[in-house]
Amino acid sequence: MDAFTKLTGVAAPLPMANVDTDKIIPARFLKTIKRTGLGVHLFDTLRYDAEGQERPEFVLNQGPYRKAEILIAHENFGCGSSREHAPWALLDFGIRCVIAPDFADIFHNNVFKNGILPIRLSREICDQLMEDAKQGDNARITIDLAEQVVVRPNGEKIPFEIDPFRKHLLLNGLDDIGQTLQHAPSIDSYESKQQAEKSWMPGISV
Amino acid sequence: MAETKPRTLFDKVWDAHVVEQLPDGTCVLYIDRHLVHEVTSPQAFEGLRLAGRKVRRPDATIAVADHNIPTMGRANGIQEEDSRIQVETLERNVVEFGVPYFPILSPQQGIVHIIGPEQGISLPGMTIVCGDSHTSTHGAMGSLAFGIGTSEVEHVLATQTLLQKPAKNMLVKVEGTLGAGCTAKDIVLAIIGKIGTAGGTGHVIEFAGSAIRALDMAGRMTVCNMSIEAGARAGMIAPDQTTFDYVRGKPYAPKGEALDRAIAWWSTLPADPGAHYDTVVELDAAAIAPMVTWGTNPEAVVPVTATVPNPADEQDEAKRAQLARMVEYMGLTPGQKITDLKIDVVFIGSCTNGRIEDVRAAAAVAKGRKVAPGVRAMIVPGSGIVKQQAEAEGLDRILIDAGFEWREPGCSMCLGMNPDKLTPGQRCASTSNRNFEGRQGPGGRTHLVSPAMAAAAAVSGHLADVRELA
Repeated sequence: MDAFTKLTGVAAPLPMANVDTDKIIPARFLKTIKRTGLGVHLFDTLRYDAEGQERPEFVLNQGPYRKAEILIAHENFGCGSSREHAPWALLDFGIRCVIAPDFADIFHNNVFKNGILPIRLSREICDQLMEDAKQGDNARITIDLAEQVVVRPNGEKIPFEIDPFRKHLLLNGLDDIGQTLQHAPSIDSYESKQQAEKSWMPGISV
Repeated sequence: MAETKPRTLFDKVWDAHVVEQLPDGTCVLYIDRHLVHEVTSPQAFEGLRLAGRKVRRPDATIAVADHNIPTMGRANGIQEEDSRIQVETLERNVVEFGVPYFPILSPQQGIVHIIGPEQGISLPGMTIVCGDSHTSTHGAMGSLAFGIGTSEVEHVLATQTLLQKPAKNMLVKVEGTLGAGCTAKDIVLAIIGKIGTAGGTGHVIEFAGSAIRALDMAGRMTVCNMSIEAGARAGMIAPDQTTFDYVRGKPYAPKGEALDRAIAWWSTLPADPGAHYDTVVELDAAAIAPMVTWGTNPEAVVPVTATVPNPADEQDEAKRAQLARMVEYMGLTPGQKITDLKIDVVFIGSCTNGRIEDVRAAAAVAKGRKVAPGVRAMIVPGSGIVKQQAEAEGLDRILIDAGFEWREPGCSMCLGMNPDKLTPGQRCASTSNRNFEGRQGPGGRTHLVSPAMAAAAAVSGHLADVRELA
């Protein structure tokens, strides 16, 4: 996983609530055994018509937003399925940060594992940032994770909250599994205790 | 002592699985059961391979292919190349990593959330995960069961744990008796209609009350299955005699004296009197009618007797725009009666409603009737065991005689990633769990209903009130 430290880029405004993971990446594109290459299908039905032609009205088909690195949306972003193909598609397109009033739980978990930073800000602030984002190339937004601030094009700094453990992993690009394996002795002793106390629990074999 | 504080069902199962609590409150949480399927696992196994890691507990893991397999003629193999590669990749991975696997042509094969409880692999008091959001289904057993992404699948394969912070507790209490023609599906749709698609975010929902107690295990699974559609991390129902009776005799469940010891522990899991819930929601079962979703998220739901809402009645501008988009996508007119909506396709199946009880409910309506002209009606058992049982009861004959397609187990038309798909503009009465735009195929229009309501729609040719078919 790539570390996330500081990012300055174009933000794409997506003023929609309940953007579900089927919208982010429809199920027909989940038949891959790789993590990469999904960016072309990001928001497929919003982005392309039935003939596969770009819909000019969709934000990611417009000038500077083709290179957007930040996405700004409304409530309950990422609801629905647990498919990690949703963050993979965002990342493959180039999105490293999503800002919204709130996120669905599983999606929120999944983005962190892929070096994407989800930022929760009030609807009011999201709407201000949405206005900034509408200026495209002329209004770059900066995300400073170490300082925990979003910097608007006018220089105003907006603080945001983040779980300290997740911040640490993101800033350093650390692999979760490596972190957990530092606790391997605790896992071993838990398993021994469980075998003694829950000896009724059968193992699976076919 | 921590034990003196009254705890919820969720608190107890959580506490029993904390391996270690880190200084910031993050817990290393032990996972008892890991269910693996073909779509969300290839990249996880690849990650293990690249890091030279093994599967820590193959004996706590079970794999099955369900999402993209065809539901007809599968003895001839999978025709779609991408789907075939994904299933073959799973089959190679389970051999390489020594993971137990139910092969496609075995009777144990089925939708991962149907087979877990059916085989006795999912048991009360367990932590259960799967790379699929509908893992919440298994919470009906009184377990803590939730969906995870592929990185977490890899994490569980490698460590048998997850890094998690505890969720908040929500209690949804449904008291009273359901009216005729109303089912568990109508209860959960009514709950989602009340609390919204993000109403459960950050929470684990415990479903309780006399109407929940009165449900059989299949109904409880339907309710917990759709917890995720209310945004909840998981749904749970306290284990009771109904649960214990269900578990007894299941292939992988403990037996004899071991089962007695298990039941002794499971009996301690229901919430203590005075346990704290962060949020409490109450519903009256008697007030619930057969429900139908009209829009493109499960919160857009109304009783079958209602009409299509008018977006103009919504005060909030953003919500009004969203409702207007739903009306347009679904091809509706505000004020139109729900029962006037003609349907093209009926899909009965999925992890929400693919159990034997669901097939029986559909057959009870279909018996002696015919699928309306122009309607394609399909019924897809949730597992090979469900299919065998239905055939032993003669339900397949009733359904085939009525004009239904009787298919082989899998996720089928729930999610449009196998050959069973809607075509653009088709309107479907579906017993699945999501009515998102394009969920059942690009441009498809989904109305979520119970199996009895789906069968009623099939024989009527339009959405219909099953109570009027009695």
